[in-house]
Amino acid sequence: MSEESVVVNTHHEQVIYANILEKGMYLGLGGLIVTFGLYVFGVIPSAIPLAEVSKYWSQDAHSYLEAINRDFLHLDHPLIGWTWTTLLRKGDFLNFLSIAILASLTILCYLAIIPSLLKKKDAVYTLMTIVGVVILVLAASGILVVGGH
Amino acid sequence: MFDQDKLIHTKIRNSRFRGLWLLTLNLVLFCPIAAMATETVTATTAAASSTWWIWPVSLFVVTLVMGIVAVLGGIGGAVLYVPIISGFFPFHLDFVRGTGLLVALSGALAAGPSLLRSDLANLRLAIPVALIASTSAIFGSMIGLAVSTNIVQICLGITVLGIVALMFMAKKSELPDVPKADALSSALRIYGVYTEGSSGQTVNWKIHRTPVGLAVFIIIGFMAGMFGLGAGWANVPVLNLIMGAPLKISVGTSKFLLSITDTSAAWIYFNQGCVIPMIVIPSLIGIMLGSFIGVKILKKAKPAFIRWMVIMLLIFAGLKALQKGLGIM
Repeated sequence: MSEESVVVNTHHEQVIYANILEKGMYLGLGGLIVTFGLYVFGVIPSAIPLAEVSKYWSQDAHSYLEAINRDFLHLDHPLIGWTWTTLLRKGDFLNFLSIAILASLTILCYLAIIPSLLKKKDAVYTLMTIVGVVILVLAASGILVVGGH
Repeated sequence: MFDQDKLIHTKIRNSRFRGLWLLTLNLVLFCPIAAMATETVTATTAAASSTWWIWPVSLFVVTLVMGIVAVLGGIGGAVLYVPIISGFFPFHLDFVRGTGLLVALSGALAAGPSLLRSDLANLRLAIPVALIASTSAIFGSMIGLAVSTNIVQICLGITVLGIVALMFMAKKSELPDVPKADALSSALRIYGVYTEGSSGQTVNWKIHRTPVGLAVFIIIGFMAGMFGLGAGWANVPVLNLIMGAPLKISVGTSKFLLSITDTSAAWIYFNQGCVIPMIVIPSLIGIMLGSFIGVKILKKAKPAFIRWMVIMLLIFAGLKALQKGLGIM
């Protein structure tokens, strides 16, 4: 296979990847602006009052989660992993949805180029892309638990 | 006469870039809003509560400038974001690092489509590198959230300044001399063509020392996750100086790589609660809008200009990391 033809094929996958990345990025960015607007202008009530947030953000994450749970959320356990999805009716946690969309885009883009790689019988890159998806899904799953400071 | 006009035009264009660079550097380093925000921290809690809006506004302005500089420098905005925001704003480092990774990720997502379409980022180069870096970034972020960061901040500062020294010593970094592609990059068919926007010249490129480069990305990914600093500060030198990719391909692919590498680390921080919307959203919107502007400038910028910008940014980031690690105020 000539170098020139390889470049053309690579460019085709890059375009597929770029198109999905662009759409998802606009969706995520638009979502961020809208949900943040709903949050800061008080259209959707927040779990933690706007004027109170600054009292908590100088603590480490572990202490912060315990404090906001004690003072506002009153959940059985402090908020970690995907628990935020149960609080989407609250303006502050609705913002997490757009962040999650942006953080999921690479997984979607990888999945989108796999058929093209398979069609070209590019076994090595197909395998690398699938393994990449597995690793990113593992990171996103919340299964990996971290000890405190 | 024609040559003289061309020379004058080139000088004007170069002076515009220099002016832009000085303006952005000054805005980032001496931003009056950041200074005002620092003073506000000393105010009472009640006063801070009544002026909560100053934080998102300040963050937006500062990160907008960071977004422009980051794209031009081929680094994640986080390498600027983490030291500057943790230095001038009252947020705990956990939230700054978590936001820093999301900042780097968002800046890369905003720049990615344009970089891929213009062939300034190469997917075949990025996929194997990202596989290694994103895996090690998970381990780095887990350890980074579990231990104190003072010692590793010092190590980071020394490493970044070491990279700057390496870039000063390198003689052919804009278009590195790669006599022959190595066996691994040939097998993976990692090579390409791009058009140099400032001269219209078509550049064929290939890489070498791929196994060494990939091995270094284990460390880069780990450090990216651990410090929440993104990884562009190290991606560019490794892609350019070790693997021999042209500087523009290194800058573009590095920026795109951040969208993959930082995704894994960002999820770890996100799942551990290191995300506060009031900090994250203004920062992300600012950095993404800044990235849009930065990409427009990148297409026309000269490699030499970008190289100097990268060096300046790395020196600043290295000194800031050392300052924080040593506790010097």
